[in-house]
Amino acid sequence: MRILQRIAWEIWLPLVLVAAWWIVSANSTDTYFPSLHAILDRSRELWFWEGTREDVLPSLRRLAIGYLIACVVGVLAGLVLGSVHWLSNASRPYIEFLRSTPGIALMPLVSLVFGLGDSFKIVTIALVCCWPVLLNTIDGVHGVEPQLSDVARSYRMTTADRVRFILLPSAAPQIFAGARTALAIGVIAMTATEMIGIGGGLGFFTLNASTSFDYTGLWSGIIALGVVGYILNKLFALVERRLIAWHYGLMAHSQGGN
Amino acid sequence: MTQHPATPAGPGAPLISVRGLGHAYGPRQIFQDLDFSVEKGEFVCIVGPSGVGKTTLLGCLTGLQRPTDGTVHFDGELVKGTPQGLAIVFQDYSRSLMPWLSVRDNVALPLRSAGVGKKERIVRSAEALAEVGLADFLDSYPWQLSGGMQQRVAIARALAFNPKAIVMDEPFASVDAQTRADLEDLVLKVRDELGIAVMLVTHDIDEAVYLADTVLVLSGKPATVKALIPVDLPTPRDQLGTKAEPRFAELRSEIYTYIKKPAVATA
Repeated sequence: MRILQRIAWEIWLPLVLVAAWWIVSANSTDTYFPSLHAILDRSRELWFWEGTREDVLPSLRRLAIGYLIACVVGVLAGLVLGSVHWLSNASRPYIEFLRSTPGIALMPLVSLVFGLGDSFKIVTIALVCCWPVLLNTIDGVHGVEPQLSDVARSYRMTTADRVRFILLPSAAPQIFAGARTALAIGVIAMTATEMIGIGGGLGFFTLNASTSFDYTGLWSGIIALGVVGYILNKLFALVERRLIAWHYGLMAHSQGGN
Repeated sequence: MTQHPATPAGPGAPLISVRGLGHAYGPRQIFQDLDFSVEKGEFVCIVGPSGVGKTTLLGCLTGLQRPTDGTVHFDGELVKGTPQGLAIVFQDYSRSLMPWLSVRDNVALPLRSAGVGKKERIVRSAEALAEVGLADFLDSYPWQLSGGMQQRVAIARALAFNPKAIVMDEPFASVDAQTRADLEDLVLKVRDELGIAVMLVTHDIDEAVYLADTVLVLSGKPATVKALIPVDLPTPRDQLGTKAEPRFAELRSEIYTYIKKPAVATA
């Protein structure tokens, strides 16, 4: 019952908007803005299931690989930079510069090196995704309670145990926040690289539909991209809630007084 | 406890012996010429006004800080890092426990680094938590417990290590009066049952007299040992009885006088 209520609260407004769209566009004769009815018909035709196999899954595969590389590299580099202060100070300006450079601006350069195929897309996704993970990991490591370092030192904890049981869990809430931002940026990079690259994918499909005057296809592509982004974000939240349940428990506890 | 200890090694030697210990932050001398020792199983309270360098002294005793002068020997060995056999209970339980680990895992974690096998870790952490009266809270998170209970977890973590000595830095400063009394009695009980030496820093003279076999008064700028006062109160101590003894009041005012007395060269 509780769950149903929560879902109802979350979807009533989207439902109203979709209904409004449906009604307003019902008799549309504008080629650029076809009726929602037509778009949904087209979507059903496209995405169940051939289009999913041919465009959605390849897109997700690139995103997954690039994103995972970014997370692993970002966390590892962040742990090192966060723990070694002179290194973090020395590298700060470069990191600030690199992360302020729009990731999309790197696409021409990356494509020179990697061509326009899968590796170009994966490398671009990894490049733009790693910054929020890296910066948040560094901040998370800096924020480790100094008293815990004393505890670790006085109990002669090994470096491996310190990293695994103190550094990583302590920085985890911030790492997750960074990873979540990275995921959103990753979807953008995925779409953009596919639009200029070759080899299909949702981004390619959407742009291609537009240039071949297939406007219901264009709208179907946009909606599919939105749905993919939404589902990924939801899945991420689910994983995060599980992995750092202690953090949410602690937050709820300290907000509840006591 | 004796001033000017004999050689630190050999049977009957003191557990901790401090010689000529001094520490300065830059030109500011915090304390100097400290000489004292702690016997096995002895309960020593260090009292002194705030800012006298009690925490720095503990840092030097535990090897977390390197003193600028003098030496500390623990069990015959020169202290460089925290020695095996010494465990620390920090002042602020809310910052010294890991909120992402269960109570049991908090206690068991240092054992893992010490190379204790998984089965024994489980047994030893459960025993230590039973010793402090938390047998029913193994799977809770620390933040689900009251302040006093959290400090018990920190004490259990120290005990699970099977230490010869526990060092406590104002461990009861942030709990209410009743909890404080309970924790004081808990530490006394643990000391009696396990024969562990305890060094406890406090600014509360009553607490020092109630707990200690010997009270070490640290005072002056730079601080020196103003007095080593043996507490000749009957054991076991009792929150009502002990504090009502006339001798309790005498010791307390004696210590108070030492703390307040302006610095006089005693050498």
